[in-house]
Amino acid sequence: MSKRTDSNSYTMIFAIVMVVIVGSLLAFLASSLKPAIKENERIEKQQNILYAMGVNENDESSATFVSTSVAGEEFAKYIKKQIVIEGDKISENDEAYLIDVKKQQANAKEGKTRKLPLFIGEKDGKTYYVAPIRGKGLWDAIWGYVSMDENMVVQGAYFDHKGETPGLGANIKQRYFMDDFYGEHLLTEAGVFKGITVAKGNNDPKNEDKTDYEVDAIAGATITGDGVSAMIKKDLALYVPYFKSLKK
Amino acid sequence: MGLLSKKDAALIKDPLLDNNPITIQVLGICSALAITAELKASIVMSISVLFVLGVGNVVISLMRNIIPSKIRIIVQLIVVATLVIIVDLVLKAFAYELSKTLSVFVGLIITNCIIMGRFEAFALGNGPWRSFLDGIGNAVGYGIILIAVGFFRELLGSGTLLGFKVLGDPIEKTGLYAIGYENNGFMLLSPMALIVVGIIIWVQRSKNKSLIEEA
Repeated sequence: MSKRTDSNSYTMIFAIVMVVIVGSLLAFLASSLKPAIKENERIEKQQNILYAMGVNENDESSATFVSTSVAGEEFAKYIKKQIVIEGDKISENDEAYLIDVKKQQANAKEGKTRKLPLFIGEKDGKTYYVAPIRGKGLWDAIWGYVSMDENMVVQGAYFDHKGETPGLGANIKQRYFMDDFYGEHLLTEAGVFKGITVAKGNNDPKNEDKTDYEVDAIAGATITGDGVSAMIKKDLALYVPYFKSLKK
Repeated sequence: MGLLSKKDAALIKDPLLDNNPITIQVLGICSALAITAELKASIVMSISVLFVLGVGNVVISLMRNIIPSKIRIIVQLIVVATLVIIVDLVLKAFAYELSKTLSVFVGLIITNCIIMGRFEAFALGNGPWRSFLDGIGNAVGYGIILIAVGFFRELLGSGTLLGFKVLGDPIEKTGLYAIGYENNGFMLLSPMALIVVGIIIWVQRSKNKSLIEEA
Protein backbone atom coordinates (compact mmCIF):
# COMPACT_ATOMS: atom_id res chain seq x y z
CA MET A 1 0.00 0.00 0.00
CA SER A 2 1.62 3.20 -1.05
CA LYS A 3 0.21 6.59 -0.33
CA ARG A 4 0.58 9.62 -2.55
CA THR A 5 2.62 11.28 0.17
CA ASP A 6 5.22 8.51 0.14
CA SER A 7 6.66 9.17 -3.29
CA ASN A 8 10.08 10.72 -3.62
CA SER A 9 9.00 13.52 -5.92
CA TYR A 10 6.19 14.53 -3.56
CA THR A 11 8.62 14.57 -0.66
CA MET A 12 11.07 16.75 -2.60
CA ILE A 13 8.42 19.21 -3.73
CA PHE A 14 6.92 19.39 -0.25
CA ALA A 15 10.31 20.10 1.27
CA ILE A 16 11.12 22.82 -1.26
CA VAL A 17 7.75 24.55 -0.96
CA MET A 18 7.85 24.43 2.80
CA VAL A 19 11.36 25.85 3.03
CA VAL A 20 10.48 28.68 0.64
CA ILE A 21 7.32 29.57 2.52
CA VAL A 22 8.90 29.43 5.97
CA GLY A 23 12.05 31.17 4.80
CA SER A 24 10.26 34.10 3.20
CA LEU A 25 7.85 34.43 6.11
CA LEU A 26 10.68 34.68 8.62
CA ALA A 27 12.77 36.95 6.40
CA PHE A 28 9.83 39.28 5.89
CA LEU A 29 9.01 39.36 9.58
CA ALA A 30 12.62 39.88 10.62
CA SER A 31 13.24 42.78 8.25
CA SER A 32 9.95 44.51 8.95
CA LEU A 33 10.43 44.32 12.71
CA LYS A 34 14.10 45.27 12.60
CA PRO A 35 13.70 49.04 13.11
CA ALA A 36 11.51 48.51 16.18
CA ILE A 37 13.95 45.98 17.62
CA LYS A 38 16.96 48.26 16.97
CA GLU A 39 15.21 51.13 18.69
CA ASN A 40 14.48 48.92 21.72
CA GLU A 41 18.13 47.90 21.89
CA ARG A 42 19.27 51.51 21.66
CA ILE A 43 17.03 52.54 24.55
CA GLU A 44 18.19 49.55 26.55
CA LYS A 45 21.82 50.63 26.17
CA GLN A 46 20.96 54.06 27.51
CA GLN A 47 19.10 52.48 30.41
CA ASN A 48 22.04 50.17 31.15
CA ILE A 49 24.54 53.02 31.21
CA LEU A 50 22.29 55.12 33.43
CA TYR A 51 21.73 52.14 35.70
CA ALA A 52 25.47 51.67 36.20
CA MET A 53 25.90 55.26 37.35
CA GLY A 54 23.04 54.94 39.79
CA VAL A 55 20.24 56.55 37.77
CA ASN A 56 17.53 53.94 38.17
CA GLU A 57 14.29 53.20 39.90
CA ASN A 58 15.48 50.44 42.21
CA ASP A 59 13.38 49.73 45.23
CA GLU A 60 14.57 47.59 48.10
CA SER A 61 15.51 44.48 46.18
CA SER A 62 14.63 44.75 42.49
CA ALA A 63 16.79 46.15 39.72
CA THR A 64 14.64 48.59 37.75
CA PHE A 65 15.69 50.87 34.92
CA VAL A 66 14.36 54.35 34.35
CA SER A 67 11.29 53.90 32.17
CA THR A 68 11.78 53.62 28.43
CA SER A 69 9.79 56.76 27.74
CA VAL A 70 12.22 59.00 29.63
CA ALA A 71 15.46 57.09 28.95
CA GLY A 72 16.53 59.40 26.12
CA GLU A 73 15.85 62.52 28.17
CA GLU A 74 17.60 61.22 31.28
CA PHE A 75 20.52 60.06 29.19
CA ALA A 76 20.96 63.53 27.73
CA LYS A 77 20.63 65.06 31.20
CA TYR A 78 23.11 62.88 33.09
CA ILE A 79 25.67 61.89 30.47
CA LYS A 80 27.75 65.00 29.94
CA LYS A 81 30.32 63.68 27.52
CA GLN A 82 30.87 60.57 25.46
CA ILE A 83 34.41 59.92 24.37
CA VAL A 84 36.12 57.37 22.18
CA ILE A 85 39.67 56.33 23.05
CA GLU A 86 41.63 55.05 20.10
CA GLY A 87 45.24 54.40 21.02
CA ASP A 88 46.50 57.83 22.12
CA LYS A 89 43.73 59.73 20.41
CA ILE A 90 40.69 60.78 22.35
CA SER A 91 37.71 62.15 20.49
CA GLU A 92 34.24 63.20 21.50
CA ASN A 93 31.35 61.42 19.88
CA ASP A 94 27.72 61.72 20.87
CA GLU A 95 26.94 58.33 19.46
CA ALA A 96 29.74 56.52 21.24
CA TYR A 97 27.22 54.45 23.16
CA LEU A 98 26.21 52.79 19.92
CA ILE A 99 29.72 51.42 19.35
CA ASP A 100 29.51 47.64 19.11
CA VAL A 101 31.90 46.28 21.73
CA LYS A 102 31.84 42.82 20.18
CA LYS A 103 32.96 44.19 16.84
CA GLN A 104 35.73 46.22 18.47
CA GLN A 105 36.99 43.15 20.32
CA ALA A 106 37.12 41.31 17.01
CA ASN A 107 39.01 44.24 15.47
CA ALA A 108 41.53 44.12 18.28
CA LYS A 109 42.11 40.43 17.61
CA GLU A 110 42.88 41.18 13.99
CA GLY A 111 45.49 43.70 15.12
CA LYS A 112 43.44 46.82 14.36
CA THR A 113 43.04 49.51 17.02
CA ARG A 114 40.08 49.00 19.21
CA LYS A 115 37.75 51.91 19.81
CA LEU A 116 37.08 52.25 23.51
CA PRO A 117 33.94 54.18 24.35
CA LEU A 118 33.70 55.86 27.74
CA PHE A 119 30.69 57.76 29.01
CA ILE A 120 31.25 60.57 31.44
CA GLY A 121 28.24 61.36 33.55
CA GLU A 122 27.50 63.69 36.39
CA LYS A 123 25.06 63.15 39.23
CA ASP A 124 24.75 65.20 42.41
CA GLY A 125 28.02 66.93 41.63
CA LYS A 126 29.95 63.69 41.32
CA THR A 127 31.59 62.53 38.10
CA TYR A 128 31.09 58.97 36.89
CA TYR A 129 33.07 57.21 34.19
CA VAL A 130 31.06 54.38 32.67
CA ALA A 131 32.79 51.75 30.54
CA PRO A 132 31.21 48.85 28.64
CA ILE A 133 32.65 45.36 29.04
CA ARG A 134 31.91 42.12 27.27
CA GLY A 135 32.94 38.48 27.65
CA LYS A 136 31.87 34.87 27.69
CA GLY A 137 29.69 33.11 30.24
CA LEU A 138 28.89 29.42 30.37
CA TRP A 139 26.55 29.25 27.37
CA ASP A 140 26.80 32.52 25.55
CA ALA A 141 27.84 36.16 25.71
CA ILE A 142 27.77 38.18 28.91
CA TRP A 143 28.27 41.93 29.05
CA GLY A 144 27.90 44.86 31.34
CA TYR A 145 28.61 48.45 32.23
CA VAL A 146 30.83 49.49 35.11
CA SER A 147 30.87 53.02 36.43
CA MET A 148 33.97 54.26 38.23
CA ASP A 149 35.26 57.42 39.82
CA GLU A 150 38.53 59.00 38.72
CA ASN A 151 40.50 56.60 40.97
CA MET A 152 38.91 53.59 39.30
CA VAL A 153 36.85 52.72 42.34
CA VAL A 154 33.66 51.06 41.19
CA GLN A 155 30.55 53.20 41.69
CA GLY A 156 28.04 50.82 40.21
CA ALA A 157 27.75 47.92 37.81
CA TYR A 158 25.20 46.41 35.54
CA PHE A 159 25.55 42.92 34.08
CA ASP A 160 23.47 41.10 31.54
CA HIS A 161 23.67 37.85 29.63
CA LYS A 162 22.27 36.16 26.60
CA GLY A 163 21.65 32.64 27.81
CA GLU A 164 23.01 31.84 31.25
CA THR A 165 21.18 29.22 33.32
CA PRO A 166 18.10 30.68 35.02
CA GLY A 167 18.51 30.63 38.80
CA LEU A 168 22.28 30.19 38.59
CA GLY A 169 24.42 32.13 36.12
CA ALA A 170 21.49 34.31 35.15
CA ASN A 171 21.64 35.78 38.65
CA ILE A 172 24.56 38.01 37.69
CA LYS A 173 21.89 40.56 36.83
CA GLN A 174 20.39 40.37 40.31
CA ARG A 175 20.85 43.22 42.72
CA TYR A 176 22.57 41.13 45.38
CA PHE A 177 25.37 40.33 42.97
CA MET A 178 25.70 43.63 41.13
CA ASP A 179 25.54 45.72 44.32
CA ASP A 180 28.56 43.88 45.74
CA PHE A 181 30.76 45.63 43.22
CA TYR A 182 30.01 49.05 44.65
CA GLY A 183 33.08 50.56 46.24
CA GLU A 184 35.47 47.83 45.12
CA HIS A 185 38.89 49.05 44.05
CA LEU A 186 40.31 48.12 40.67
CA LEU A 187 43.78 49.56 41.27
CA THR A 188 46.20 48.69 44.03
CA GLU A 189 47.49 51.47 46.22
CA ALA A 190 50.56 51.65 44.02
CA GLY A 191 48.30 52.25 41.04
CA VAL A 192 48.68 48.86 39.41
CA PHE A 193 45.54 47.43 37.80
CA LYS A 194 44.35 44.35 39.64
CA GLY A 195 40.70 44.02 38.68
CA ILE A 196 38.00 42.26 40.67
CA THR A 197 37.68 38.51 41.03
CA VAL A 198 34.38 36.76 41.57
CA ALA A 199 35.65 34.43 44.24
CA LYS A 200 34.31 31.41 46.05
CA GLY A 201 34.75 31.32 49.79
CA ASN A 202 36.33 34.73 50.16
CA ASN A 203 35.08 34.86 53.77
CA ASP A 204 33.42 38.16 53.09
CA PRO A 205 29.86 37.40 51.98
CA LYS A 206 28.62 40.78 53.19
CA ASN A 207 31.33 42.34 51.09
CA GLU A 208 32.59 44.66 53.77
CA ASP A 209 36.23 44.60 52.69
CA LYS A 210 36.30 46.83 49.64
CA THR A 211 40.00 46.51 48.96
CA ASP A 212 40.28 42.72 48.69
CA TYR A 213 39.68 42.82 44.90
CA GLU A 214 37.06 40.12 45.39
CA VAL A 215 33.30 39.82 45.46
CA ASP A 216 31.38 36.78 46.66
CA ALA A 217 30.50 34.29 43.92
CA ILE A 218 27.06 32.85 43.19
CA ALA A 219 26.66 29.20 44.20
CA GLY A 220 26.32 26.99 41.16
CA ALA A 221 27.52 29.63 38.73
CA THR A 222 31.28 29.13 38.74
CA ILE A 223 31.87 29.52 35.03
CA THR A 224 29.62 32.54 34.63
CA GLY A 225 31.39 34.12 37.62
CA ASP A 226 34.79 33.40 36.09
CA GLY A 227 33.51 35.04 32.91
CA VAL A 228 32.58 38.15 34.87
CA SER A 229 36.05 38.30 36.47
CA ALA A 230 37.68 37.81 33.10
CA MET A 231 35.76 40.52 31.31
CA ILE A 232 36.38 43.00 34.11
CA LYS A 233 40.11 42.29 34.10
CA LYS A 234 40.48 42.28 30.35
CA ASP A 235 38.31 45.15 29.25
CA LEU A 236 38.70 47.58 32.12
CA ALA A 237 42.49 47.26 32.07
CA LEU A 238 42.39 48.97 28.69
CA TYR A 239 41.07 52.13 30.31
CA VAL A 240 43.91 52.44 32.82
CA PRO A 241 46.04 54.77 30.64
CA TYR A 242 43.10 57.15 30.31
CA PHE A 243 42.54 57.28 34.06
CA LYS A 244 46.28 57.81 34.60
CA SER A 245 46.18 60.72 32.16
CA LEU A 246 43.41 62.32 34.24
CA LYS A 247 45.82 62.65 37.14
CA LYS A 248 48.43 64.59 35.28
CA MET B 1 -16.88 19.51 32.09
CA GLY B 2 -20.12 19.87 30.19
CA LEU B 3 -18.43 21.39 27.18
CA LEU B 4 -16.32 18.36 26.41
CA SER B 5 -17.30 14.80 25.71
CA LYS B 6 -15.92 12.21 28.08
CA LYS B 7 -13.24 11.18 25.62
CA ASP B 8 -12.14 14.75 25.05
CA ALA B 9 -12.04 15.50 28.76
CA ALA B 10 -9.73 12.54 29.23
CA LEU B 11 -7.30 14.16 26.81
CA ILE B 12 -6.89 17.04 29.23
CA LYS B 13 -7.11 15.08 32.47
CA ASP B 14 -4.92 12.06 31.78
CA PRO B 15 -1.63 13.90 31.25
CA LEU B 16 -2.08 15.70 34.55
CA LEU B 17 -1.51 12.57 36.60
CA ASP B 18 -1.80 9.06 35.22
CA ASN B 19 -0.12 9.82 31.93
CA ASN B 20 2.02 12.75 33.02
CA PRO B 21 4.58 13.66 30.35
CA ILE B 22 7.49 13.91 32.80
CA THR B 23 6.81 11.22 35.36
CA ILE B 24 5.18 8.59 33.12
CA GLN B 25 6.05 9.34 29.51
CA VAL B 26 9.52 10.59 30.54
CA LEU B 27 9.41 13.46 28.06
CA GLY B 28 10.79 16.91 28.73
CA ILE B 29 13.24 15.76 31.40
CA CYS B 30 16.08 17.86 29.99
CA SER B 31 14.34 21.18 30.53
CA ALA B 32 13.06 20.00 33.90
CA LEU B 33 16.71 19.65 34.93
CA ALA B 34 17.96 22.82 33.33
CA ILE B 35 15.65 25.56 34.47
CA THR B 36 14.06 24.51 37.73
CA ALA B 37 16.62 26.12 40.02
CA GLU B 38 14.09 28.87 40.65
CA LEU B 39 10.32 29.00 40.67
CA LYS B 40 9.93 31.96 38.34
CA ALA B 41 11.82 30.30 35.52
CA SER B 42 9.70 27.17 35.92
CA ILE B 43 6.51 29.19 35.61
CA VAL B 44 7.71 31.13 32.56
CA MET B 45 8.81 27.93 30.87
CA SER B 46 5.49 26.24 31.62
CA ILE B 47 3.50 29.06 30.07
CA SER B 48 5.74 29.14 26.99
CA VAL B 49 5.38 25.41 26.49
CA LEU B 50 1.63 25.65 26.98
CA PHE B 51 1.43 28.14 24.14
CA VAL B 52 3.81 26.40 21.75
CA LEU B 53 2.41 22.93 22.32
CA GLY B 54 -1.20 24.07 21.99
CA VAL B 55 -0.64 25.95 18.75
CA GLY B 56 1.96 23.54 17.38
CA ASN B 57 -0.27 20.53 17.86
CA VAL B 58 -3.06 22.23 15.91
CA VAL B 59 -0.74 23.23 13.05
CA ILE B 60 0.72 19.75 12.75
CA SER B 61 -2.72 18.20 12.98
CA LEU B 62 -4.00 20.42 10.14
CA MET B 63 -1.01 19.40 8.03
CA ARG B 64 -1.14 15.72 8.97
CA ASN B 65 -2.55 14.54 5.67
CA ILE B 66 -0.03 16.33 3.47
CA ILE B 67 3.18 15.78 5.45
CA PRO B 68 5.39 13.21 3.68
CA SER B 69 6.11 10.48 6.22
CA LYS B 70 9.80 10.27 5.29
CA ILE B 71 10.56 13.78 6.43
CA ARG B 72 7.87 14.25 9.05
CA ILE B 73 10.30 14.78 11.92
CA ILE B 74 12.06 17.55 10.03
CA VAL B 75 8.73 19.14 9.15
CA GLN B 76 7.73 19.06 12.82
CA LEU B 77 11.01 20.64 13.81
CA ILE B 78 10.56 23.41 11.25
CA VAL B 79 7.04 24.13 12.44
CA VAL B 80 8.01 24.45 16.07
CA ALA B 81 11.16 26.45 15.30
CA THR B 82 9.21 28.85 13.10
CA LEU B 83 6.52 29.35 15.72
CA VAL B 84 9.02 30.04 18.44
CA ILE B 85 11.07 32.44 16.33
CA ILE B 86 7.98 34.37 15.27
CA VAL B 87 6.93 34.79 18.87
CA ASP B 88 10.43 35.82 19.86
CA LEU B 89 10.67 38.45 17.09
CA VAL B 90 7.26 39.92 17.83
CA LEU B 91 8.04 40.11 21.54
CA LYS B 92 11.39 41.76 20.83
CA ALA B 93 9.67 44.44 18.80
CA PHE B 94 6.64 45.09 20.99
CA ALA B 95 7.37 43.74 24.46
CA TYR B 96 11.11 44.00 24.78
CA GLU B 97 11.39 43.40 28.49
CA LEU B 98 9.29 40.26 28.36
CA SER B 99 11.39 38.98 25.48
CA LYS B 100 14.54 39.40 27.57
CA THR B 101 13.07 37.15 30.23
CA LEU B 102 12.08 34.58 27.66
CA SER B 103 15.15 34.63 25.44
CA VAL B 104 16.86 31.85 27.36
CA PHE B 105 13.89 29.57 26.87
CA VAL B 106 13.57 29.93 23.11
CA GLY B 107 16.23 27.37 22.34
CA LEU B 108 15.01 25.11 25.11
CA ILE B 109 11.47 25.08 23.76
CA ILE B 110 12.52 24.18 20.22
CA THR B 111 14.56 21.23 21.41
CA ASN B 112 12.11 20.18 24.10
CA CYS B 113 11.29 16.55 23.47
CA ILE B 114 7.80 16.88 24.90
CA ILE B 115 6.84 19.00 21.90
CA MET B 116 8.22 16.66 19.27
CA GLY B 117 6.89 13.76 21.29
CA ARG B 118 3.30 14.98 21.24
CA PHE B 119 3.47 15.98 17.56
CA GLU B 120 4.68 12.54 16.66
CA ALA B 121 2.49 10.55 19.03
CA PHE B 122 -0.75 12.46 18.81
CA ALA B 123 -1.13 15.37 16.39
CA LEU B 124 -0.09 13.32 13.35
CA GLY B 125 -3.02 10.96 13.85
CA ASN B 126 -5.78 13.14 15.28
CA GLY B 127 -7.93 16.11 14.35
CA PRO B 128 -7.08 19.70 15.31
CA TRP B 129 -9.52 20.07 18.21
CA ARG B 130 -8.47 16.88 19.93
CA SER B 131 -4.81 17.72 19.24
CA PHE B 132 -5.30 21.11 20.82
CA LEU B 133 -6.74 19.49 23.96
CA ASP B 134 -3.91 16.98 24.05
CA GLY B 135 -1.37 19.78 23.73
CA ILE B 136 -2.91 21.80 26.54
CA GLY B 137 -3.27 18.74 28.78
CA ASN B 138 0.31 17.66 28.33
CA ALA B 139 1.68 21.16 28.73
CA VAL B 140 -0.21 21.59 32.00
CA GLY B 141 0.96 18.18 33.21
CA TYR B 142 4.50 19.19 32.35
CA GLY B 143 4.04 22.56 34.04
CA ILE B 144 2.78 21.04 37.30
CA ILE B 145 5.89 18.93 37.71
CA LEU B 146 8.17 21.76 36.63
CA ILE B 147 6.64 24.13 39.15
CA ALA B 148 6.75 21.51 41.91
CA VAL B 149 10.43 20.84 41.26
CA GLY B 150 11.17 24.56 40.98
CA PHE B 151 9.37 25.17 44.28
CA PHE B 152 11.45 22.68 46.24
CA ARG B 153 14.74 23.54 44.60
CA GLU B 154 14.38 27.25 45.16
CA LEU B 155 13.04 26.84 48.70
CA LEU B 156 15.69 24.40 49.88
CA GLY B 157 18.54 25.67 47.70
CA SER B 158 18.27 29.43 48.06
CA GLY B 159 15.73 29.78 50.86
CA THR B 160 13.60 31.99 48.63
CA LEU B 161 10.39 31.69 46.60
CA LEU B 162 10.02 33.86 43.51
CA GLY B 163 12.94 35.81 44.91
CA PHE B 164 11.32 36.55 48.29
CA LYS B 165 13.32 35.51 51.31
CA VAL B 166 10.69 33.30 52.94
CA LEU B 167 13.06 31.64 55.38
CA GLY B 168 14.86 34.76 56.55
CA ASP B 169 18.17 36.21 55.50
CA PRO B 170 21.12 33.78 55.41
CA ILE B 171 23.72 36.51 55.68
CA GLU B 172 22.06 38.57 58.40
CA LYS B 173 21.11 35.32 60.16
CA THR B 174 17.44 36.09 60.69
CA GLY B 175 14.40 33.79 60.65
CA LEU B 176 15.25 30.10 60.38
CA TYR B 177 18.90 30.90 59.85
CA ALA B 178 19.08 32.27 63.38
CA ILE B 179 18.67 28.75 64.77
CA GLY B 180 21.39 27.30 62.59
CA TYR B 181 19.52 26.36 59.41
CA GLU B 182 21.62 26.39 56.24
CA ASN B 183 20.64 26.42 52.59
CA ASN B 184 21.48 23.27 50.73
CA GLY B 185 23.54 24.53 47.80
CA PHE B 186 23.34 21.07 46.32
CA MET B 187 19.69 21.66 45.48
CA LEU B 188 20.74 24.28 42.94
CA LEU B 189 22.66 21.80 40.83
CA SER B 190 20.97 19.81 38.08
CA PRO B 191 21.41 16.31 39.59
CA MET B 192 19.11 17.29 42.44
CA ALA B 193 16.33 18.04 39.94
CA LEU B 194 16.58 14.45 38.81
CA ILE B 195 16.36 13.26 42.40
CA VAL B 196 13.34 15.48 43.09
CA VAL B 197 11.64 14.16 39.92
CA GLY B 198 12.53 10.66 41.10
CA ILE B 199 10.87 11.27 44.45
CA ILE B 200 7.74 12.56 42.70
CA ILE B 201 7.67 9.43 40.52
CA TRP B 202 8.10 7.24 43.59
CA VAL B 203 5.26 8.94 45.48
CA GLN B 204 3.00 8.80 42.43
CA ARG B 205 3.59 5.12 41.78
CA SER B 206 3.20 4.04 45.34
CA LYS B 207 -0.18 5.80 45.42
CA ASN B 208 -1.32 4.24 42.17
CA LYS B 209 0.10 0.75 41.85
CA SER B 210 -1.34 0.28 38.36
CA LEU B 211 1.35 2.64 37.04
CA ILE B 212 4.15 0.30 38.02
CA GLU B 213 5.54 -1.51 34.99
CA GLU B 214 6.04 -5.28 35.11
CA ALA B 215 9.66 -6.06 35.74
